Amino acid sequence: MTATSRAPWLLSTPALVIYLAFMIAPLASVFLISFFNFEFYGGIQVSFTLKNYIEILSEGYFYEIYARTFGVAMVVTLACVVLGTAEAYVLSRMSNPWKGLFLMIVLGPLLISVVVRTLGWALLFGSTGLISQALQALGLASGPVSLMYTNTGVAIALTHVMVPFMVISVWASLQRINPSTEAAALSLGASQFTVIRRVIVPQVMPGILSGSIMVFALSASAFATPSIVGGRRLKNVPTAAYDEFLNTLNWPLGAALAVLLLIATVVVLISANRLIERRYGAVFN
Amino acid sequence: MSYLELNNLTKRYGAAVAVEDLTLSIKKGEFVSLLGPSGCGKTTTLQMIAGFVEPTAGSIVLDGKDMNRIPANKRGLGIVFQNYALFPHMTAAQNVAFGLEMQGVKKAECQDRVADALKLVGLAHLADRFPARMSGGQQQRVALARALVIKPSVLLLDEPLSNLDAKLREEMQLELRSIQRTVGTTTILVTHDQSEALALSDRIVVMNHGRVEQIAEPHAAYEGPASEFVGGFLGKANLFEIKPGSRDGKPCAMIGEAAVILHEVDMPRGKVIVRPEKILFGEQSPSALPGTMKTRVFQGNHWLCQVQTSVGEILVIRQNDGTTIPAEGSPVHLHWGAKDMRAVGSSAAHAS
Repeated sequence: MTATSRAPWLLSTPALVIYLAFMIAPLASVFLISFFNFEFYGGIQVSFTLKNYIEILSEGYFYEIYARTFGVAMVVTLACVVLGTAEAYVLSRMSNPWKGLFLMIVLGPLLISVVVRTLGWALLFGSTGLISQALQALGLASGPVSLMYTNTGVAIALTHVMVPFMVISVWASLQRINPSTEAAALSLGASQFTVIRRVIVPQVMPGILSGSIMVFALSASAFATPSIVGGRRLKNVPTAAYDEFLNTLNWPLGAALAVLLLIATVVVLISANRLIERRYGAVFN
Repeated sequence: MSYLELNNLTKRYGAAVAVEDLTLSIKKGEFVSLLGPSGCGKTTTLQMIAGFVEPTAGSIVLDGKDMNRIPANKRGLGIVFQNYALFPHMTAAQNVAFGLEMQGVKKAECQDRVADALKLVGLAHLADRFPARMSGGQQQRVALARALVIKPSVLLLDEPLSNLDAKLREEMQLELRSIQRTVGTTTILVTHDQSEALALSDRIVVMNHGRVEQIAEPHAAYEGPASEFVGGFLGKANLFEIKPGSRDGKPCAMIGEAAVILHEVDMPRGKVIVRPEKILFGEQSPSALPGTMKTRVFQGNHWLCQVQTSVGEILVIRQNDGTTIPAEGSPVHLHWGAKDMRAVGSSAAHAS
């Protein structure tokens, strides 16, 4: 082996070590623990059993948790696709001093601690909160409305956090579009709406897809927002796993929950990726 | 009978003038080029016609209709952009079909017309290919087919050939001209390439600093440039200061040591240009300008020579017709006729 062929390996060693130590090793141990046995009086026992997986797959309680997790993640992703793409397009059409300013505002949520931001939403969502009062004042609701501890509330708060990721991702795609394609479509008689639908959106599809992957994965594994807005009763997979680990101390069941979440997320993302790449293959080169 | 009229068209961006007082009338089926260096306002003019830029003043009248209030997507013009602007997510056929779909043309008719348009530009075999997998020349043809298929009232070409390599550009010039002849669409070409404008156009509009310098047929503009700028921009030119004089009792134009007898030609006033291909190497004579061959460059079908004389460096182009060209450093005598001198007054005489 010559010095030059060794160099890439040597240079990537630090990154590989960190990757192995902090990513692969914990994942592998979670995977291992998920096969361990747990007895209420005996604690964790090193063994190999499929008990935890069988428990999850045979109880309606867990199905509900998974359905809620992916349902909310799906709704958040769709909301982010619509809002984020529109925001990115409007931003890209702004002239220069405003462009930078509004981009900062859009990215703002990322600069605030997730707990602070979610508690802010909790204030708005309560039955005496601003949203409830506004709805009553407008005559849209007869009594107090609380979005706390509802899936809608969780979805709204999560969307707020996730939209910036979509905006950044679509923004990057928009920068690569040849602006004259828009002019060309106009000259061929297309309306502004048709231009966006038939020319702009298909071209930013790679950005929408990568943004969706980020948003979906982050929403499905979100912990702080579902635990504050969703509360103890409205569990999703990460909060359920957290409870198993830290309240019941049933680590093997928590680990099995986490492993199934990871597998399900990967499966959903890969199939979505396949579907969209097949549909819009030409722009992915 | 004018089809497209631009009347005193003006575009200003704040204090900066992009196009000033442009008046042009184009006949149906005519091929007109807007020629000039970058920043001369030619592209702005095209964009005003297309409806992408709103004129500050003046009007655009197409077939008797004032276009100023009509938005770009209702003008029905075909545009070919410099970078082609093909839709990357559509095949060649889908790109061409887009305009027809917007017009609500029925599917069967649409397919026929797309096939015809692709055949016209010689790309029938690439109908299902995506732009990313086509060469520049092929993308260019798709863009042209896409613009032509909607049967536009006017075809606007924005530097369509500037991204192609030299050989392909020449081929496309010939092809563009023959396609335009075939379909007979009124065409406006924007270009900074003088040879492209000369090769393709029925008339050339030479622009500089937002103003029209000359509107003329290619040959007339080349042979009789209205201004120093046009002379220099349309091909290569030698610019001379002349003094009136006489030789053997006949009036002649004095350029350095050379006294060119005018015969029936009027004494040109001010500066004259002489095209480098009109200058010959010859014997010593009172009407010849003596000099020294500084450099000569062989270019295949012609020689490009720089001759140092008392009035500065002079460019001479000699066809490679077998005659020997004087060696570098040797004394030469330059000859040209009175008719080869074209006066270019600094006050541009606008011909139209």
